[in-house]
Amino acid sequence: MNSLKKSIGNIVINIITIIISLIILIPILVLFLNSFKTQGESNKMSLSLPSKWMFENYKTVIEQGKLVSSFFNSLLYATVSVSIIIVVVSAAAFVIARNRKGINNFIYYFIISGIAIPINNVALMKVMQSLHLVNTRIGIILIYAAINIPLSLFLSYGFISTIPREIDEAAVIDGCGPIKLFIKIILPLLKPITSTLFVLNFMAVWNDFIMPLYYLNNSQKWPMTLAVYNFFGAFENSWNLVSADIIVTLLPVLFVFILGQKYIVGGVAAGSVKG
Amino acid sequence: MDRKKLYPWYFTSGALIIFFLLCFLPGIIGILYSFTDWNNFTDKINFVGLKNYLEIFKGKPEYRMYIWNTVVFTTVTTILKTVVGLALALLLTQKVIKLKNFHRMIIFSPQVISYLVVGLVFKSMLHPQTGFLNNFLKSIGLDFLAMNWLTDLTTVFPTVMSVDTWKGMGYIMVVIIAGLMSISPDYYEAANIDGANFWQKFRLITLPLLKPIIINVTILNVTYGFRVFDMIYSLTNGGPGNATGVINTAVYKEFSKGNYAMGTTLSSILFFILLFLLYFIVKSMENKEVQM
Repeated sequence: MNSLKKSIGNIVINIITIIISLIILIPILVLFLNSFKTQGESNKMSLSLPSKWMFENYKTVIEQGKLVSSFFNSLLYATVSVSIIIVVVSAAAFVIARNRKGINNFIYYFIISGIAIPINNVALMKVMQSLHLVNTRIGIILIYAAINIPLSLFLSYGFISTIPREIDEAAVIDGCGPIKLFIKIILPLLKPITSTLFVLNFMAVWNDFIMPLYYLNNSQKWPMTLAVYNFFGAFENSWNLVSADIIVTLLPVLFVFILGQKYIVGGVAAGSVKG
Repeated sequence: MDRKKLYPWYFTSGALIIFFLLCFLPGIIGILYSFTDWNNFTDKINFVGLKNYLEIFKGKPEYRMYIWNTVVFTTVTTILKTVVGLALALLLTQKVIKLKNFHRMIIFSPQVISYLVVGLVFKSMLHPQTGFLNNFLKSIGLDFLAMNWLTDLTTVFPTVMSVDTWKGMGYIMVVIIAGLMSISPDYYEAANIDGANFWQKFRLITLPLLKPIIINVTILNVTYGFRVFDMIYSLTNGGPGNATGVINTAVYKEFSKGNYAMGTTLSSILFFILLFLLYFIVKSMENKEVQM
């Protein structure tokens, strides 16, 4: 009797788990199916299969939604800003972790306070204007680097603290200066945290929508998020096209997510368990 | 060995300069400009003292509504995400669940989707006539539950907060699972020998040992909640009326109207709120260290 009760309990909680996963999956699945339907059929969103698979929806979307150029914009903003972040943050975290005295301690707290403190976008406009960075690609890249530096420094600092200092001493005895020590000895050891920073920051930049909304008014420089938002506004009645547009935007992130899953989950857990 | 020579200060300069110029400096300039009438229509900027702040706290009620909405949003989503995340973490660490890692991945996955895209997905799913949810409810005979999710004044804010929880709960779950894994199974074995039931083990072992993680998760959720923008902008754009307007959507609204002084004042208020919270966060961390 008791074991029967237990196995019923097991089945029930497995079903609950499946229902929860479905709550997450269904919206994406509905959109996926919808993206292959005709406009008339897609007006009634449901989980039914399309009566005729309209693959040309994707062609229409990619042409009309400026998805190719915005894809490359997003790729450019994400890769360049993430590279900047990794270089400046590793160097800073290395020096701060090795010698956390006086000014370095202040710099550390000063920068990581940025994890919580909001950006004043209106005044940032003023700063950007005086640096002649408004509506430029380099401007938006530098903003992305700036807003993601605090959390990256925090994660990187935690990692470098676990590398023993004896390594530095051995390198110095062998005649390394600070720059050689950092590039030849320390950087290769940072591979795990560099991968985490790369994936986390890449997705943060790829998904951002606020900065181009404020600082890019030229549609040729728009990243994918903004292109999708505008497409949605223009084609609000063609749910099939809107669905296809959303699916195309989702694909790159899901790709990075599946490849970099280990680093994302590891980074997320490390960041908040340690802090 | 000379530490100053081996670890030169200029290694920190790259991160420091970028952060200082594009994050810190705007914050300070923004506070200075909040005492002026800076706008897009004239080049002259005049000092107006506390006029902007008085306008927000004493003037049009919509400004206080934005602040109130931000506080409500932060409180409700923080509680929801923590409770749901904790429940999911407990569920997905049970031995009897099949395909645990697969379910964890699914539930975490909305975290990697842009807020904007989540907003658009739900905007289409929740459309009163064509949306999936209402169609589904009607097809199973629950017509009375079909609502104008995003246009009805009474349902819109709960809807927005639920969508935000849908997106954020997986992240919290993953963090709490990491915490649960770090609890030594010895405690539970000892409790089993003493005959403790599930709730006793949860209340007396799991919760106290998870406390530091729950605090971290709360800090994450609170700082996110106060700064929320994308989710609301893409779902409702602060509407209908000002029903879901929060501080950051109001900042953008003032910015696009060219009313820069008001935008920067609202942004500065947010800055002060989070600075105030940061002070308490640091204080509570110091206390923790002293106790240990």
